[in-house]
Amino acid sequence: METQLQSLREDALASLEAITNMESLNEWRVQYLGRKSSLNQILRSLKELPPDERQKNGALANQIKNLLKNKLQEKTGQIEELTLKDSLKQQTLDVTLPGKPIDIGRLHPLTQTIREICNIFGSMGFETIEGPEIEQDYYNFEALNIPEDHPARDMFATMWTDYRVGDDPNNLLLRTHTSPMQIRIMEKRRPPIRVIVPGRVYRYEASDATHESMFHQIEGLAVSENITLAELKGTLFEFASRLFGSNRKARFRCDYFPFVEPGVEMAIECIVCNGAGCSLCHNTGWIEILGGGMVHPNVLKRVGYDPAVYSGFAFGMGIERIPMLKYGIEDIRLFCGNDMRFLRQF
Amino acid sequence: MKIPVRWLREYIDITVSPREAAQMLTMSGTEVGSIDTIGNNWKNIVVGKVIEVVPHPDSDHLRLATVNSGGENITVVCGAPNVKKDIKVPFARVGAVLYDADTKKSIVLKPAKIRGVVSQGMICSERELGISDNHTGIMILPDDAPAGTPLQELLGDSILDLEITPNRPDCLSIIGIARELSALTGCTVHLPSHKYKESSTLIEKNISVEIADPDLCYRYCASLITNIKVAPSPEWMQQRLSQCGINPINNIVDITNYVMLEYGQPLHSFDYSKITTKKIVVRGAKQGETITTLDDIQRNLQEGMLTITDGNKPVAIAGVMGGLESEITAVTSSVLLEAANFNSSSIRHTANQLNLHSEASLRFERRISREIAPVALQRATQLILELAGGEAARDTLDIYPKKVEKVPILLSVAEVKRILGIEIDIKKINDVLNSLGFECENKDFLPQIWAIPPYWRTDINDAADLVEEVARIVGYDKIIPKMLGSALPSQQLTPRIVNRENIRDTLVGCGLQEIISHSLTSMKMLQNISPQHNLIGPEPIHLLNPMTSAEEYLRTSLLPGLLTTLSNNQRHEDDELKLFEISRVYLPRTGALPDENDMLAAVFSGARIKKHWLIDEKPFGFFDIKGIVETLANRTGITINFQNSTDARLYPGRGADIINSSGVKIGIFGEIHPHIAKNFDIELTSYLLEIDLSRLPCVLPEKKYHALNRYPAVIRDMAIIVDNNISAAEIKEIVLGFSLVNGLKLFDLYTGKQVPEGKKSLAYRITYQSSNHTLTDSEVNKIHQKIISKLGEQLGATLR
Repeated sequence: METQLQSLREDALASLEAITNMESLNEWRVQYLGRKSSLNQILRSLKELPPDERQKNGALANQIKNLLKNKLQEKTGQIEELTLKDSLKQQTLDVTLPGKPIDIGRLHPLTQTIREICNIFGSMGFETIEGPEIEQDYYNFEALNIPEDHPARDMFATMWTDYRVGDDPNNLLLRTHTSPMQIRIMEKRRPPIRVIVPGRVYRYEASDATHESMFHQIEGLAVSENITLAELKGTLFEFASRLFGSNRKARFRCDYFPFVEPGVEMAIECIVCNGAGCSLCHNTGWIEILGGGMVHPNVLKRVGYDPAVYSGFAFGMGIERIPMLKYGIEDIRLFCGNDMRFLRQF
Repeated sequence: MKIPVRWLREYIDITVSPREAAQMLTMSGTEVGSIDTIGNNWKNIVVGKVIEVVPHPDSDHLRLATVNSGGENITVVCGAPNVKKDIKVPFARVGAVLYDADTKKSIVLKPAKIRGVVSQGMICSERELGISDNHTGIMILPDDAPAGTPLQELLGDSILDLEITPNRPDCLSIIGIARELSALTGCTVHLPSHKYKESSTLIEKNISVEIADPDLCYRYCASLITNIKVAPSPEWMQQRLSQCGINPINNIVDITNYVMLEYGQPLHSFDYSKITTKKIVVRGAKQGETITTLDDIQRNLQEGMLTITDGNKPVAIAGVMGGLESEITAVTSSVLLEAANFNSSSIRHTANQLNLHSEASLRFERRISREIAPVALQRATQLILELAGGEAARDTLDIYPKKVEKVPILLSVAEVKRILGIEIDIKKINDVLNSLGFECENKDFLPQIWAIPPYWRTDINDAADLVEEVARIVGYDKIIPKMLGSALPSQQLTPRIVNRENIRDTLVGCGLQEIISHSLTSMKMLQNISPQHNLIGPEPIHLLNPMTSAEEYLRTSLLPGLLTTLSNNQRHEDDELKLFEISRVYLPRTGALPDENDMLAAVFSGARIKKHWLIDEKPFGFFDIKGIVETLANRTGITINFQNSTDARLYPGRGADIINSSGVKIGIFGEIHPHIAKNFDIELTSYLLEIDLSRLPCVLPEKKYHALNRYPAVIRDMAIIVDNNISAAEIKEIVLGFSLVNGLKLFDLYTGKQVPEGKKSLAYRITYQSSNHTLTDSEVNKIHQKIISKLGEQLGATLR
């Protein structure tokens, strides 16, 4: 029996050596370690042997069984490793094939610009609020120091509705700027005030590459004790530097708006020629970005603020102009044209 | 306002270049839009004297002119009717660069043979020099111009094109700009002489003036000049007027325009002989009165429009335009000259009503000073005597019922600092104001100044105006930028805006492209979103003065804009289109400003999934849109339900209403009604979604935390067969009504041969889970069985 066991051991190890795949390995397992295997039959026949034979051969048979089990495990590992190596070699992907597209939409470039501007001013403590686009003459003009028949009304070609409210003798109009919200907010709150107001505005203007009858503006207003022109300049220069980069120079010049005094126009160094002079900046080297100034005492009085105690600044800018300058967009009509070939670029 | 620098230099010896002056003016509030240079390219063009003119041997209309231009005499062929002996002309030698108005290009002059005679040069018209459009003849230069002088020395100039803000009517004049430059550079202004000799005849003997409406006419000054000779004005004057954009007419009219440009005071000249009543009455027009103005158009005057009358009938519309009947003609021998001041609102109103805007009305409506009228009148009278001869009557008339008092304005050094944020000392403030013509007084050694504005400034009313004067002359670049230092106001998020922006971001996350379309639309567009072309929703707000018929109404729906965009883009896109807009619609409301509600609308068309090597193309379907709606509800934390919609805009049976937790309809979605698709030329099956964002709760979404469940979940699948008319919602309600049911997912829906007719099979996966113990099989089986029973009892469901 001992010889039988030893030869079984030799046979098993020899045939295991030749095995290279899982299927043959499985057959080998059944043949040498399965229930019907000769080894198993030997183990089962042990009980018929005399005790000393039984002990000796039993020990040897179990030793061989454990050896074969270990060898099986070892071989399984080897074959798995081989198979993996094979598959790693064979399944090389064409990584240049296009991936599965992920659908992601985009915000309109104007929404993106409005958010960017609101974030910049938000970080300087300005709260974003909104107001009506269909306005009363009082808020759009009268309270802003632009009475009926004031020549400054020429600066704001107005579209009128056939709609009236309450005892207001004037028809409602489409606001020509976001400035009426200066009055509405000051009527509602007390200083200190720091707000910005984005929104649509309207002008009675024929549309061309640089004009639209509807466009967007952002208004800013800060009122408190001791607010100065120096702080308007600080706030707006900081804004320009964050929006256009800190290397781009900005300047203040005197300008006129009836609801501020002193009045200001801010320009930045021309984006195309960097100040050298080109057709975009009409050879001035500067591009106008916004208008503003110190809130006119008449406006403060109108909302019941004492102009001797409170001062403030206000400013307003067109939004379309910003991406037009930043990206060199030559036609304002593209924004409301909603051509996907345009919108997908932002 | 155009300012020729040569003319400007007559009043101020500026030491800076035109470019530097333009920069200073721009920075201080008078923006120079552009600088035109005249004569920079006039090489080889000089002053020539015409020595002889003879007929061309081979032509009826051409002549041969011999010109001396400093060297030898040159004979050229000339076709101009006005060439004659002894005049001075601009002469282009061979090599000169001229402007060809026909080709709009510059050409280099070469010798040319015209009908057998060679021309070694050319006598130029204004158009060929690029000075004006005048090409009726050659340009004639002043007699005293020396022959051979380069033309640029004689006529070269820079013209500043200024944008004058509405508060500065004084800057609508050459002298006004000279005064600005004086304050900016320190150079002094010298005004022209106004002295002239008067005759012995008193003006009052020949004309009387009455202001019947002193609220509309503040001042009326007049002079009378007799025995004048109407003729063209001198070349230099015509040239200046042309440079400023005013057509020369005759010496009298040109002088009134010239003085208007000089001082900013409009003047008007009447043919005295046509004022037969020898009387001027300034009054409001009467009902039904008419006048034919200088442009030969009959104007119907409205009651109250201010007119200059001869006591009977209007002879001019005050401050706007004169009447044709009393205009200066070639035979006029006596001129009644008017310099007046009118109520700015009244002039503006009249000009707008008549849609007649003139250089005069432009200045009057901006409220020019009442003190300039007599100054300008004297200057114009003097020029008439000088250039048209005649005698001026003794004295002028000056009717000035209410003289404006000079009111000093107090400005303290502290106020300057309070507004500007920089220290400017009292001496500097004083110097700046003096340089601008203010009379300043510093009483009692207090750090403050009493300032009286110069008579020409009508825009200075209070200390804030003085602060701006100081700032703009000192220079805004002297203001040192400073960050806001005052207390930060408290801020509250606006839930409406937060929720709306959250929705915007969610939609972008769902793959939608945002668009922004015009708020104004047409009635046709609004009707196009109805299958029957009738208006859905309220009557839109109408504009009184729309720019175009396409922008006549304020939109009551975002859909026309979106569907138009869809249709426009389908022309060049074969890809899928998923578009949304979140903007306002405008709905009338009685007794208040209109509602401007935030709306969300979206449209979907084409493929939801594009054909790809790994995936097959799939078109959009109802449940794609529903998935987006459910995602929105999930992200904004609102509860919504759905029901079949009867909305006319949707394909019947293929749309749903979105219902909020209080049962209010807040929106719709589904396939677009085919008629509407046709109205917008949309060919592919398309879907729409509309949600009234104003109906969403106006609170910030609340986020709630639930502790993670530590006990295992048990999954059971079940397939049931129900009648086709049983809705998924009914099944869901029953199943979720059982405790320990933690999730329900429909994973298959089947109708067909395997189930009886009129029935459908639904396969659900139910998740059971307890928050306080591990569920046993028997526990789960018990509930699962109960669910099946209840579905059977209430909905007739059987297990498949």
